[in-house]
Amino acid sequence: MSVMFILIGCSFLLAIGFLGAFIWSVKSGQLDDDYTPSVRILFDDIKPKTETNNNTENKLKTDTN
Amino acid sequence: MTKKADIVKDKISCFHCGDACVTQINFDEHTFCCVGCKNVYELLSSNNLCSYYDIENTPGVTQRNPVLASAFAYLDDEKVAQQLLQYRDDKIAKVTFFIPTMHCSSCIWLLENLYKINPNITLAKVNFLKKELHISFNPKETGLRQIVTLLSSLGYEPAISLNDLEKNVKKDENRKLSYQIGVAGFCFGNIMLISFPEYFGLDSFTKGSFSKLFGYINLVLSLPVFFFSAQDYFKAAWGGIKKKFISIDVPLALGILVMFTRSTYEVVSGHGIGWFDTHAGLVFFLLIGKWFQQKTFDTLSFERDYKSYFPVAVTVIKDNQEVTVPVTALAIGDRIKIRNNELIPADSILLNGDAQVDFSFVTGESDPVKKVVGEIIYAGGRQKGATIELEVSKKVSQSYLTQLWNNDAFAKNAASSIQSFQQVVSKYFTIALLVIAFGSAAFWLLVNPALSLNAFTAVLIIACPCALALSSPFALGTAMRVLGRNKFYIKSPAVVEQMAHMDTMVFDKTGTLTQPSASSIVFFGDALTVAQQQIISAVVSQSIHPLSQKIKTYLGTQNTPAVSAYTETAGKGIEAEVNGVKVLVGSRSFVGADVHNNANNLATRVYIKINQKLIGYFEMEQGYRKGLNEVLSQLNPNFKQYLLSGDNDKERNNLKVYFKQDENMLFNQTPADKLNFIQSLQQQNKKVVMIGDGLNDAGALKAAHVGISVTENTAHFSPASDVIMDAEVFGNFPKYFAFAKNTLTVIHISFVISLIYNIVGLSFAVQGTLSPLFAAVLMPISSVTVIAFTTLTTTFFAKKGGLQ
Repeated sequence: MSVMFILIGCSFLLAIGFLGAFIWSVKSGQLDDDYTPSVRILFDDIKPKTETNNNTENKLKTDTN
Repeated sequence: MTKKADIVKDKISCFHCGDACVTQINFDEHTFCCVGCKNVYELLSSNNLCSYYDIENTPGVTQRNPVLASAFAYLDDEKVAQQLLQYRDDKIAKVTFFIPTMHCSSCIWLLENLYKINPNITLAKVNFLKKELHISFNPKETGLRQIVTLLSSLGYEPAISLNDLEKNVKKDENRKLSYQIGVAGFCFGNIMLISFPEYFGLDSFTKGSFSKLFGYINLVLSLPVFFFSAQDYFKAAWGGIKKKFISIDVPLALGILVMFTRSTYEVVSGHGIGWFDTHAGLVFFLLIGKWFQQKTFDTLSFERDYKSYFPVAVTVIKDNQEVTVPVTALAIGDRIKIRNNELIPADSILLNGDAQVDFSFVTGESDPVKKVVGEIIYAGGRQKGATIELEVSKKVSQSYLTQLWNNDAFAKNAASSIQSFQQVVSKYFTIALLVIAFGSAAFWLLVNPALSLNAFTAVLIIACPCALALSSPFALGTAMRVLGRNKFYIKSPAVVEQMAHMDTMVFDKTGTLTQPSASSIVFFGDALTVAQQQIISAVVSQSIHPLSQKIKTYLGTQNTPAVSAYTETAGKGIEAEVNGVKVLVGSRSFVGADVHNNANNLATRVYIKINQKLIGYFEMEQGYRKGLNEVLSQLNPNFKQYLLSGDNDKERNNLKVYFKQDENMLFNQTPADKLNFIQSLQQQNKKVVMIGDGLNDAGALKAAHVGISVTENTAHFSPASDVIMDAEVFGNFPKYFAFAKNTLTVIHISFVISLIYNIVGLSFAVQGTLSPLFAAVLMPISSVTVIAFTTLTTTFFAKKGGLQ
């Protein structure tokens, strides 16, 4: 049964790791704004300037680059 | 004939801002409504930022009234810049702007890509809910003025006000609560896990070898809960006692303290495992309640005074030269120059220029008032049109409006003096609790002294009013969210409870009961052709009558034909000829229109007859808001209603229908009169709601128990108040008050529920037979039932009351 002591130690290390992650996330301001990041993540990278500006097909192609 | 028709000339809308194009400017295969919009497009496309238009359709802000670049000259001033910048060294400077026009994901995208246009901007980050833009830039290469000019040329003019210059302390309150919840939650979970063997009696297998270890682990885990997460409760309780005031925090703090010390004693002395699980769980649930209550509406500011909308600097003419002077340094006798759309910062005398002053911030009336040379113009007006010159006659802080802020009502912080239900209850609750605790201790001292301390502490532990402390935050917090969804934004949850006690309502007239004029004109009839619009526009342009002016602005037609045989009959209408066609514009009887009159007799109508044929009529909601009649009559049984107006009493008869007696309507009221009136009502023990909108109501709004400011656009200015209400939901007004009353009932019922739990627990505690397991089960169950009950019933009442 003394293996329990090691297991408890391990489980605490793991749990403290998660607590640390939470504290870090608060500190870095992740909880200050809970809306903007959800929009930001959906933005595509800026499309490279295409020679033919009006060609939507062309735009779509470059989009996948 | 009552068909509503839109007067949109063409269906073509601007590629940039989406407004209907009056004049079309074609560029790069797109159509724009004005040069300003085209310029923004050009700037974006030359910087390869046209994705702006892909994320949302027509995301732009119209550029028809561009801000003059010279308007930002004051930002070059070292002193002003220093006050605005949050951080600055040789390489980097940081600033945060509030940008009211930010409204969609395209805005976020463009603002965060600003560095593509100005490479000296190193970082731009948006907080959309707060409408804030954080910018870091290289101060050697670019300046505040360049950045603000760039933002403004894109349609995102930052709102920089006098308020921004006063050092704002960054509030870390929210983060601290997050840490506290995180730590408490972590400890609560682990303590529960560690306590399971004890709950199920599993330790008998291991002959008690784990019991001691687990007890100590629990003790260690409880330390951060006790010293960090729960510290605010001790502080609040102690602060209350020092002021001889017993709040709910006192029994809470007492419970937490007793639980922690007794558990520590039990573990250290080897008597048992203690109550650490209940302790951590209690703190965790309490903090969750606090967090739920604390969540507010970030974008709205409820504490605005004149400083938050007065400009930072103004142009002063000194020795024939224009210099930019901070508004605070403005002295009596200074000659100031006010351009189109600029605000007059101090009471001053008009020296020259055509002054058309829009006092909508002050009175709520947005029709510009014409002022002649030599007249005093009060601070707070906004010039529309040409540049004017004025001489300052009073310092900014001494102006007619701003001196209102020196009144006592603004010095006192606790304007709302009605005690909340929780406050009232917790006083008696604490007293009863202490009586029971000491009583059972005394009883057992006589009967079985060994049980005495046990019973005493058990009473304090089990009666710790967790459920009671949670009922108000969850009921009020839910109510606040419901009201927020219905565009009725509340400063803090406590206001909901205040609303339930009100018995008197005081209304401002202009801008509150009436609608700012510009938006309230509708044409009824078949859609007007362009030719018809030109004819009507030509005729009404000849008249200076306010109604004609409104129609003219509404039509906005250019290339009007010549008018002949023009006669205007005062109070009746206009008769004229355009291209040989006879045109009649005026009242029903004047035009000879044979139309049945609809019930809406508050609206003013202007009928149009062209070539003997009735075309239709313009209806101007001369003022009163839609549903005013219903709102006032629904409120009538429960509230005594008063009207306060800064205007003269020409509308007395219209309003008498609603306010019944003449003494309920007060006209020609100055801002200070309004404030005094509210205070005199309060002295008669009335619970007063003030509903207003402009700066002239600010004193009354602040003094009232509940101050509600009505606004057409929540991003715009509204004076300091407890509630900001979107004008479009004015018709729902009585529902909100009925809902607040129901919410208070929910709190009362949930109080009874939590009291039942307490009585059950206490019956065990006084006998000295309360087991830790029983407490560990009872505490979460009571908390969860109360949370579930309050949230569900509050939501139910919202549905029942017709709210979303």
